[in-house]
Amino acid sequence: MSELLEVKNLSVSFRTPQGEVEAVRDVSFSLHPGEVLAIVGESGCGKSVLCKSIMKLLPRSAWIKGGTILADGADITQYRQRDMERLRGRLFSMVFQDPLTALNPTMTIGAQIAEAVRVHQPRTEKAVVRRRVLELMDLVGISGGEDRCGRYPHDFSGGMRQRAVMAVALASSPKILFADEPTTALDVTVQAQILDLLREIQSRLGTATVLVTHDLGVVARAADRVAVMYAGKIVETGTAEDIFYDPRHPYTWGLLRSLPAWARDGEPLYTIPGMPPTLIHPPRGDAFACRNEYALAIDYQEAPPMFQISDSHFAATWLLDERAPKVRPPMGGEGRG
Amino acid sequence: MDEMLLDVQELTHCFRLGRNRVLRAVDGVSFQMRKGEIFGLVGESGSGKSTTAKCVMNILRPTGGKIRYLGVNICDPKQFRAHRELLQTSRQMIFQDSTSSLNPRMTVAEIISEPMSIHHIRPPRGSLRAEAAFQLKCVGMDPGYLDKRPPELSGGQRQRVAIARALSMGPELLVADEPIASLDVSIQAQIINLFKHLQREHGFTFLFIAHDLAVVRYLCDRVGVMFQGKLVELAPAAELFARPLHPYTQALLSAIPIPDPRRERARVIQRFDPAGFSREGVWTEASPGHLVLRKEKDT
Repeated sequence: MSELLEVKNLSVSFRTPQGEVEAVRDVSFSLHPGEVLAIVGESGCGKSVLCKSIMKLLPRSAWIKGGTILADGADITQYRQRDMERLRGRLFSMVFQDPLTALNPTMTIGAQIAEAVRVHQPRTEKAVVRRRVLELMDLVGISGGEDRCGRYPHDFSGGMRQRAVMAVALASSPKILFADEPTTALDVTVQAQILDLLREIQSRLGTATVLVTHDLGVVARAADRVAVMYAGKIVETGTAEDIFYDPRHPYTWGLLRSLPAWARDGEPLYTIPGMPPTLIHPPRGDAFACRNEYALAIDYQEAPPMFQISDSHFAATWLLDERAPKVRPPMGGEGRG
Repeated sequence: MDEMLLDVQELTHCFRLGRNRVLRAVDGVSFQMRKGEIFGLVGESGSGKSTTAKCVMNILRPTGGKIRYLGVNICDPKQFRAHRELLQTSRQMIFQDSTSSLNPRMTVAEIISEPMSIHHIRPPRGSLRAEAAFQLKCVGMDPGYLDKRPPELSGGQRQRVAIARALSMGPELLVADEPIASLDVSIQAQIINLFKHLQREHGFTFLFIAHDLAVVRYLCDRVGVMFQGKLVELAPAAELFARPLHPYTQALLSAIPIPDPRRERARVIQRFDPAGFSREGVWTEASPGHLVLRKEKDT
């Protein structure tokens, strides 16, 4: 199967006055055509940086330390801004967290979508652009496009604004869509609608989606595959079923257990002790070891490699080594299906 | 614990939009809070839950209705002035965005002890700094943070400082307006545990505003549901989640995400059509303590 996007051993660092921050460390993953991959983790774990480094939207203080990015068969690791401009919009585009800041408040919604269409197809007739705008608005579920394209962002509700942002992102039918926390700023009722829309678009246009989120409820609804990130590394990856029903990494257990949906009455919520480490001088060994109640002595010495559990399921924890003691996972398994 | 702390009667607040348009942000909302309970207020954005909280805290002046706090009508300027000391010390608020609610130029010690110096309260633990250190410890932070400033702290730590500042006055009523919405899931769990623990320890009455229903179900004793400025349903938390009566509440509950892929994908979300929502309705008591806004008197 040909991969749409393949990232191999990618490392990204930032230059700061305190020293080098290793935001992404040795990350590898691939994206198949037409699938939704969710990247999950706490804030500061490097999930947004990972997306932005693929899109080359990082500030000047950041640089790619190593690794390769293959997009649609081409190695884009060394691409400059001019080369990227040809890819952005056509090969991949991005939906940001806050729809209000992503839209221009002084332009009508129709004009903003039309701008995105015209940038990628210059010298298009006005009528053709307009037809395409209405088509896009219909695609993202904004009904009454004729009337609504003359409206400004402040006339729209949060959910409608996010739909408009998605219309802009989909203007030139990208093959990959990066969605960085697309539903965080929205209400629960609207959140599910946007996620369903994301899935519908993906099945209709065959767009592959990288969904960045910290909310496991979002992941459960929309994702085919999941990558759990911690301290700049991917610690577990698998299908949504693998991650929710058979999680193997202690950090994934912690994330799942801290959800209030699993709380029993009267018992305090589970919390992962401690704080994520700063990535200026990442700790030796497994970065999660000092917060991990299942940590082994070797976790403090050497970072665990990726262990394969099944064809699709991988996890980086020494608990999967054959010499490790057998631990009963506190989450997953039967009783919840 | 049936003593009434807060009695809100027919609270209405209108915002003027331009010359001729008026937005009824809160429209005839009535509820009571008993001493020591955790009351949750839920609803989508724009439903008027924050406006209600601001009216309760005297940040906004209501257009109509009465709010009684410990028997004092706080909307009446005369009564407010007469009880200013009580009203300003025993009601405290925590805001959603800790970046804008904490002064970035002040140290943590100054932030926590500011209310005490404003009200000229002699610190029970000797100095203001010792008091700040004590409050910081109560919210699970090391006194080493006393000389740090808000920008040096993480989101969860800043929210803890905001909680410590509110608790330094030993409040009777604590109002929290979406205190965890801007935090990560794992940090949210820590702050929720902290609220539950502090409430048990101090026994304050807690008005908790949120849009995350899983959290409300876990934390709150009673829940009020708001829609377009109206309170549409009011019930004990367990009762509300087991038997939601108003169609909007049912739609809201069906939208709670389940962290389980197979069940989550099978879940059907009920749509609530705002066009079918009638603002005129009658409060009916469906079962003891469970009130719902109904169109007519019948079931």
